[in-house]
Amino acid sequence: MARKRSAHGWRRSVKLGLVTGAVAVLVALIGMVEAFSQRDIVAELLSMGHALILFVLLFGALLAARGAYSAKGLAWGGLAGLVASLVLGGLVLLGSLIPLRQVFINASPVLFQLLSFGEEPWPGIPLLCGIGFLAGVLGGTIQMLPHSLKSALGRSVGAVVGAGVLQDMLRPILAAWGPLSELSDLVFEASGLTSEGALGILLGVAGGSLVWERKGQRLLKGIQNLPHGASKALKTGWVSLLVALLLLLPQILGLFLSEVLTIVGLYVLLGLGLNIVVGFAGLLDLGYVAFFAIGSYTVAILTSPELGFFELSFWSALPVAVLLGAVSGVLLGIPVLKMRGDYLAIATLGFGEIIRILVLSDFLRPWLGGAQGIGKIPKAGLGGFEFGTPQELYYLILAGCLLVGFVSWRLRDSRIGRAWMAVREDEDVAQAMGINLVGTKLLAFATGAAFSALSGAIFATKLGSVYPHSFNVMISINILCLIIVGGMGSIPGVIVGAAALVGLPELLREFAEYRLLVYGAALVAMMLLKPEGLWPEAVHKRELHEGQDDTSRSVPAEGRS
Amino acid sequence: MSEAVKDPVGGPETASGPPPGLQRRHGEGMLRKLLERFTATDLIMWLIGGGILTLILAGSAATLSAGKYTIKHWIDFMVFGLAQGSIYALIALGYTMVYGVLRMINFAHSEVFMSGPYTAYFVAAFFHRSGLLESHPVLSMFMVLLVSMAASTLVAYLLERIAYRPLRGAPRLVPLITAIGASFFLQYTFRGLYGSGFQAYPVVKALERQWDILGIRVLGFQVVVIAAAALMMGALYFFVQKTKMGKALRAVSEDKESAALMGIDVDRMISMTFIIGGMAAGAAGVLYALMFKQVHFFMGFIPGIKAFTAAVLGGIGNIPGAMLGGIFLGFIESLGPSLFLDGLGIVAPYQLKDAIAFTMLVLVLIFRPTGILGERLAVKKA
Repeated sequence: MARKRSAHGWRRSVKLGLVTGAVAVLVALIGMVEAFSQRDIVAELLSMGHALILFVLLFGALLAARGAYSAKGLAWGGLAGLVASLVLGGLVLLGSLIPLRQVFINASPVLFQLLSFGEEPWPGIPLLCGIGFLAGVLGGTIQMLPHSLKSALGRSVGAVVGAGVLQDMLRPILAAWGPLSELSDLVFEASGLTSEGALGILLGVAGGSLVWERKGQRLLKGIQNLPHGASKALKTGWVSLLVALLLLLPQILGLFLSEVLTIVGLYVLLGLGLNIVVGFAGLLDLGYVAFFAIGSYTVAILTSPELGFFELSFWSALPVAVLLGAVSGVLLGIPVLKMRGDYLAIATLGFGEIIRILVLSDFLRPWLGGAQGIGKIPKAGLGGFEFGTPQELYYLILAGCLLVGFVSWRLRDSRIGRAWMAVREDEDVAQAMGINLVGTKLLAFATGAAFSALSGAIFATKLGSVYPHSFNVMISINILCLIIVGGMGSIPGVIVGAAALVGLPELLREFAEYRLLVYGAALVAMMLLKPEGLWPEAVHKRELHEGQDDTSRSVPAEGRS
Repeated sequence: MSEAVKDPVGGPETASGPPPGLQRRHGEGMLRKLLERFTATDLIMWLIGGGILTLILAGSAATLSAGKYTIKHWIDFMVFGLAQGSIYALIALGYTMVYGVLRMINFAHSEVFMSGPYTAYFVAAFFHRSGLLESHPVLSMFMVLLVSMAASTLVAYLLERIAYRPLRGAPRLVPLITAIGASFFLQYTFRGLYGSGFQAYPVVKALERQWDILGIRVLGFQVVVIAAAALMMGALYFFVQKTKMGKALRAVSEDKESAALMGIDVDRMISMTFIIGGMAAGAAGVLYALMFKQVHFFMGFIPGIKAFTAAVLGGIGNIPGAMLGGIFLGFIESLGPSLFLDGLGIVAPYQLKDAIAFTMLVLVLIFRPTGILGERLAVKKA
């Protein structure tokens, strides 16, 4: 029996090794390794491209060594790593023999150089296999570590990678703060972290994580048990710190990062709107970008002197845009009221595309500007203060986000919010409970559309012009993706999702090309592994894991009886 | 839902109600029942639908009376529509079969469709460079077709194994979101693998000439597209209706549990569905490349949605329906812009070709979600 299981383990390791190798080859051939290798995490030691391959190999080995707690685990991990790197080595060999580049555009000599560590294929491929084997053994070792060490290691490696990847952002921030700038010089050099800096972060975070594992619970309990006055003071302190941070953020971050922040903010607005439609009411709307476009175009038509219809100010156009967004939400909502699930998704996708095609057409050009769009949209002003630069616009967007966030937070726990969630869970039961389906659904569409139109209005004044190409289906997919990654129906989840999915690609230009690839993979992975999202809403999480909880609860119950 | 809106509609309806006299009481009961089911939203929808229908009729009448196009033009449009429609029909088969067994829209099917011709492009380009395409056009096109079908089939199979199989029995939105994610993942994977530019498909000279068939002059590749699509659809229909495996497939799409009890390997049949859909999509892809002469990583998106429209038009889950729906959509799309948009005085009506297809999609979903031929699934679905 034991022998049989062991044979099974060997076979599984080879199989996992082959799969891992295939994944690594795919990652290499789609150009990610080469694109990422321009950025060093640790200067002259580890580039992001190599880190990517290493991560893939480690992950495969971790899976292969699962369930083994002896030398066998090391061997299984090592085998998986070796097999995977052999597959990768096969790619290098193939690339040196035949011109792969005629088909695979990214199979360049640079890639093969990277994969064989700058050597010729002969010492390069064995070197690759050796490193793969070592990575596999390392993966097997990590698999056998106790849980606290494992999480400490995970956090510290994450911190090093994070510091390396976000160096362009961290360095100017650190440099702006007198004494901290010396720290920045110590940790960073021209192209990445210094070796000492990387080691320091690694040990520091690992140590901190271990201490937290030991004492963290007690500390949290201590805070909870503080006398009423003290805990209230602590809370006020936190909130005022947060407010101060939010207000000062553009000054701390500088111009470029403020620009990123405004983009993230616009997506937060959009995400909060779609969160109501998809997250609260469960109506999968893939044409959501249409309302964004309606908001933008309304402001453009009402304010731009280019078309010559109206020349209102931004502030008088804004309510019209939001109102029109809500009305169009109802108008597009009525026809799809009776549809559910996938039909609704496709119908709304159709609507979004119809609106984009109409805006793009020559037929409506005199009114909407056709493919050239509408320009010369004035900036928003407020009592002599003009929201022009990203740093100023930030406050406008922040105000919008706070307003929309507050509204959706209050709506969530209201009667209508609970009606939305009931509709999400089961329409028929909700109707049987006396919920007016028509009104509830239309209100969800209208609210979501109004938020989206608000975002669109700010977007129009931010850019100063609108083009139909800014409103393609990708935007809808981006928004959907960020609320799903953040956690459907969760308001902080939207912010986390927007920061992760919109902010990061803006910071990492190499990453930008693979943005939608990663989004797609993230959607699939989230649905397969963690359907409740990164920052789940409590109720939704409970529902998604209901089955599992039931079984785990029923076991001790049976034992008792 | 019904009580709120009885009154506003009630007035005019009762006024034009049934004539007094025989069976009055019965008629009133019917009318009341009808009114209870007929709500304000229905009224708005019918108004929209009626408005669009009026516009179409008015536009068509204006175009036909203006006499801008001759019979020859219309025949050209029809042939083009038939060719385009048979491609839609082939893609629609994949949607409709997957919907039949899994009750989900395989959103990533458009990428299954794209992956085939994009992979086969490199084979076609190789044949073109070596001159084989000119000397042995039939053989080399057949090879290209085979490669395309193989690539699409592989993608479809892996898609089902990796992304969809672990999600059996998950809440409805979960597989759909997975499919959307998989769609974008595949698009950008192929973009990374093969590059982001448009690749011009090599042209077979023999197919670019005009052929004379029954007095109608048609382009060679249109004939090939129509004939190949008809052949494929015939073979597929035979497979599903007459073979043992086809019977098992149909059994799984009727009722998975009962099929499993009858000794049918349900997972294998689901894989088989994806494989057949992939083969049809791969073939459709090569035909599409023959017609439009270029491939691109984003080429699947629009034909994918249109093929889905075709599947819904014919009644989703219904195989002959998908074929019929595809051809119908092809006709509407090729005739529509000149027939009713031109007559309405719309500038550059061909820009709105896609809008016609999408409008049709939305209208079908609203007014007849069961499609032309579909009744069987209507009650259970959605």
